[in-house]
Amino acid sequence: MIARVFITPKKGVLDPQGRAISSSLHALGFGEVEDVRMGKYLEIRLGSSSEGDPAMRVRAMCERLLANGVIEDFRFEIDQENPGRGA
Amino acid sequence: MKWGVVTFPGSNDDHGTLHVLRHVLGHEAVSLWHKSRDLQGVECVVLPGGFSYGDYLRCGAIARFSPLMAAIADHAAQGGLVLGICNGFQVLCEAGLLPGALVRNRSLSFICREVSLRVESVANPFVNMALVGDVWRIPVKHGEGCYIADEATLDQMERDGQILLRYCRADGTRARDPQESGDYNCNGSLRDVAGVMNATRNVFGMMPHPEHGADPALRDVCWPDAGVPDGLRIFQSIAGWIADRGQRSAVDSMR
Repeated sequence: MIARVFITPKKGVLDPQGRAISSSLHALGFGEVEDVRMGKYLEIRLGSSSEGDPAMRVRAMCERLLANGVIEDFRFEIDQENPGRGA
Repeated sequence: MKWGVVTFPGSNDDHGTLHVLRHVLGHEAVSLWHKSRDLQGVECVVLPGGFSYGDYLRCGAIARFSPLMAAIADHAAQGGLVLGICNGFQVLCEAGLLPGALVRNRSLSFICREVSLRVESVANPFVNMALVGDVWRIPVKHGEGCYIADEATLDQMERDGQILLRYCRADGTRARDPQESGDYNCNGSLRDVAGVMNATRNVFGMMPHPEHGADPALRDVCWPDAGVPDGLRIFQSIAGWIADRGQRSAVDSMR
């Protein structure tokens, strides 16, 4: 089982890296770029011994450590069947 | 008084801070290892600068789960003093002991230089050897020092005097329009915040490094003027406040 976690800056929080990337894309001629928000992507491989509902466990991981609720949002998906995908 | 300075894996200003406390202030200061749970009876805990746990995930995010941090949270809950400098400030925000968060400098550059700081509040344990409006010169060195909190939190902290230091120009002035603050606000912090205190007024975090602006031996380099180096005033403020508190409790016990 694999959990894929996406962490992004909250709406309204300054994202200077996203802004620098957006400027670079403009300089390269990608004028259609309106905004870039840069975040993190984590792949978490879960063993079968996990206690409780995996979705609740992953949510707890995000809330306790992976995301800082003051500045970041998170979402995740859990893939039961194909742990190799996207690796 | 007795100070404790925390060492996390990756802390690198712990020894500089111990030097100032022991040899400039002349106080007792012990090193506190992150795996310990024993604060050894210190009256003020200092979380120093550096790159705890390599700044992995987010600055301070992993250090906050050190065994010692549980003891520091208990110390703070009982009214004990805690000072976080730079990475220490980041750890305190991650631990929820201070409001807000510190993110990448708006310039995306690591900055290492002296800055001017306006004293905003003096009725507190951390910044009291000054008058409101005084301008201090203290060095900064960080890549993730841009202070962020939501508007309601910033309003509340301003109202309650929890913002103790702000970035300012050398003459103490600040821009009316935040867009114009780039010449003095080195990292893009909202409302020019450089140091904030918690609501119970016993935990304080600041991005500038008072320990780097505290040893008179560096005066020719950093402070052409005579007098007490401004960084030293932070440590002296804390020591003075602890001494006054001791006197107050001695008087109370005689009554």
